[in-house]
Amino acid sequence: MNLEKYDKKPTRHGFGKGLVELGERDERIVVLGGDITGSVMTQWFKDKFPDRFFSIGVAEQNATTIAAGLALSGKIPFFASYGAFCALRNADQLRISVCYNETNVKIGGGHSGISVGPDGATHQVLEDIAFLRALPNMTLVVPCDYVEARKATVALGEMVGPGYIRFARSATPVFTRDDTPFTLGKAEVFRQGGDVAIIACGPLVWEALTAAEELSKEGVDARVINLHTVKPLDVETVVTAARDCGVIVTAEEHQILGGMGSAVAQAVVKNAPVPIEFVGVTDTFGGSGDPDHLMDVFGLRSQYIIKSVRKVLKRKQKEITGIQPITQVGEEGEGPVNYPKPLEKFLLDELHKAEENYPPKGVPAESLEPVT
Amino acid sequence: MDPRAILLIIHVYLCYNTRTTTLSVFICVYGSLLFICLPFVLIFTFLSFGQEKNDSSQHMPYTNERHSAEKLKDIATEIRRDIVRSLVVAKSGHSGGPLGSSDIFATLYFGGVMNYDPKDPRKEGRDRFVLSAGHMCPVLYATLANAGFFPRSELLTLRQFGSRLQGHPGRDMGLPGIETSSGSLGQGLSIAVGMAISDKLVDRNDARVYSLTGDGELQEGSIWEAVMAAGHFKLDNFCMIVDNNDCQIDGRVGDVMNVYPLKEKFESFNFHTIEVDGHDHAALLAAFDEAKSVKGKPTCIIAKTYMGQGVSFMEDDYTWHGKPPNDEQAEQALKELGVLS
Ligand SMILES: Cc1ncc(C[n+]2csc(CCOP(=O)(O)OP(=O)(O)O)c2C)c(N)n1
Ligand SMILES: [Mg+2]
Repeated sequence: MNLEKYDKKPTRHGFGKGLVELGERDERIVVLGGDITGSVMTQWFKDKFPDRFFSIGVAEQNATTIAAGLALSGKIPFFASYGAFCALRNADQLRISVCYNETNVKIGGGHSGISVGPDGATHQVLEDIAFLRALPNMTLVVPCDYVEARKATVALGEMVGPGYIRFARSATPVFTRDDTPFTLGKAEVFRQGGDVAIIACGPLVWEALTAAEELSKEGVDARVINLHTVKPLDVETVVTAARDCGVIVTAEEHQILGGMGSAVAQAVVKNAPVPIEFVGVTDTFGGSGDPDHLMDVFGLRSQYIIKSVRKVLKRKQKEITGIQPITQVGEEGEGPVNYPKPLEKFLLDELHKAEENYPPKGVPAESLEPVT
Repeated sequence: MDPRAILLIIHVYLCYNTRTTTLSVFICVYGSLLFICLPFVLIFTFLSFGQEKNDSSQHMPYTNERHSAEKLKDIATEIRRDIVRSLVVAKSGHSGGPLGSSDIFATLYFGGVMNYDPKDPRKEGRDRFVLSAGHMCPVLYATLANAGFFPRSELLTLRQFGSRLQGHPGRDMGLPGIETSSGSLGQGLSIAVGMAISDKLVDRNDARVYSLTGDGELQEGSIWEAVMAAGHFKLDNFCMIVDNNDCQIDGRVGDVMNVYPLKEKFESFNFHTIEVDGHDHAALLAAFDEAKSVKGKPTCIIAKTYMGQGVSFMEDDYTWHGKPPNDEQAEQALKELGVLS
């Protein structure tokens, strides 16, 4: 597998495209806007089917419940916003009016994960999977790339019942094709291997494949599983992987606590207890920064998957006797550095010195350099 | 070396040697030297003068005593420049709302309206400001820097990795003057109501609480729950400001989801309501004074503003809600704001 050759596109574009496809096929599809239709790509549907688009404004709780009302009237409503606001701001509406009611409401959670970048912690939703997978009746999909996001959107529209698709803002490699198999609720084995199973969802599937390539050079044969549907969980594929490989590493752009990895752990412990290591955000909030850089410092890259694989392989041979925290990634001290403390990167003294040259003469050329 | 010093040395040398030099050579050399050097002298003098002028334009932080409406206008322009500077280097962020509300912020912080101490940002009994529309933080950051809460140079760290100036205010980053995290629309107003209840009904002190919301933000249902509570508890120490630019991400507020009429809505929730031109500093000062004098009711100041005010190509254009100027646009903006010629 040549990992270099793929174009990049954001998964949100796949969602936008899938919605238009659905709209062409089914008159019952209606879309609700939450004032960010341009960034979560519901704009494409709005342009094509203006009569089936309703702008609700910045009112996510209302939009979610209006969607339930539309669904109870035979429509198939999609509502999309930032995941931070359409998975958690409207949590009780999702729980009661959508899931308890079993209404045919679909939510598109955009700009998910740390890769939203400079907007900062308030917009970087890292807890949505934990909540959504705890909701009875919910179907939760986290597609790995643009093509899969389109397929997942269409599949959700065709399925009956509450559904949520989690997609991201940044462009990530498009490595699946139109003919790559995709069925809701069925995990796909993207790479065969028997030494360790790496189970990932979303953009981390790409990182898992990269890690697997790297590990093969060390003689480690990793199986990579794309667990796009976090709920309902494909217990069979997960447990088979546990039995075949004997150890598992999970990877997701989400908190380790309560995420996809937790779901995998439950399935495994119940059926075929094997050591598992978790890659994800380590019980901390995000922060502003360049998306790629944030993925690095929050440990959401292949090198952390590799560290965790090495760790879990050691555990295969010898049980750990000490107590390690749930959120520890790899060996002690190998985990991500996470967000710096206040004034760690921009020292106050330096700022006071720079103040002598403020205001800059013309257009300031670049921002002050953080201390590295 | 200063050309004036070179001239002096030559002069001294020539004078010392007059006995060996004829007068005509003396005049000739001296005259031509003067002729050659004069332009340099002039340029040098001019340059060093310019330098001093530039240095003197570096102001001390503005104080929170009452500045005149005229001075507030200058300060608001200063704030707008700082917003443009911070956004152009951040390469992401919100331009329209912050520029449009700069006059409100200038008046609030430099019109003697709020009681605060930049040297002691957490002082007991201070007035507090909550930015409910968290995305408008570039204007709050620029204002706080101009008030001396932190160095203005720090504005050039906006949205960078590790900066105290997060894309939306993050209280955990400890930026002086930031009372609370915000960015999820509609939550800040309730926090402000909680603070006002604490000041007025628990601590029974004289502190006041101010909060600014966007007009699109008013679509959040929780806003009206906060408004209801402020009216219910008769929080006359509470003053909210609506930045009524009639713009939000998807278009005009009336088109995206109509929130009008506003005045009647707030009045029916037991608010004292003032409609004001949000770019008129004298009118804003009067409105804040009026709010302080009202007893038994909270006040809502509906400030009619234009998104992007002060930068011609952004004015009243909702597409400037959430993007920064690029280099050329920043240059144009700074020209219009009187920095560059
Ligand atoms: C709960 C929530 N929903 C959505 C957003 C995304 N968002 C940020 S600003 C904004 C528009 C707000 O409009 P307005 O308050 O009028 O601000 P302006 O565009 O005038 O700056 C939206 C929808 C958010 N920050 N929080
Ligand atoms: Mg507005």
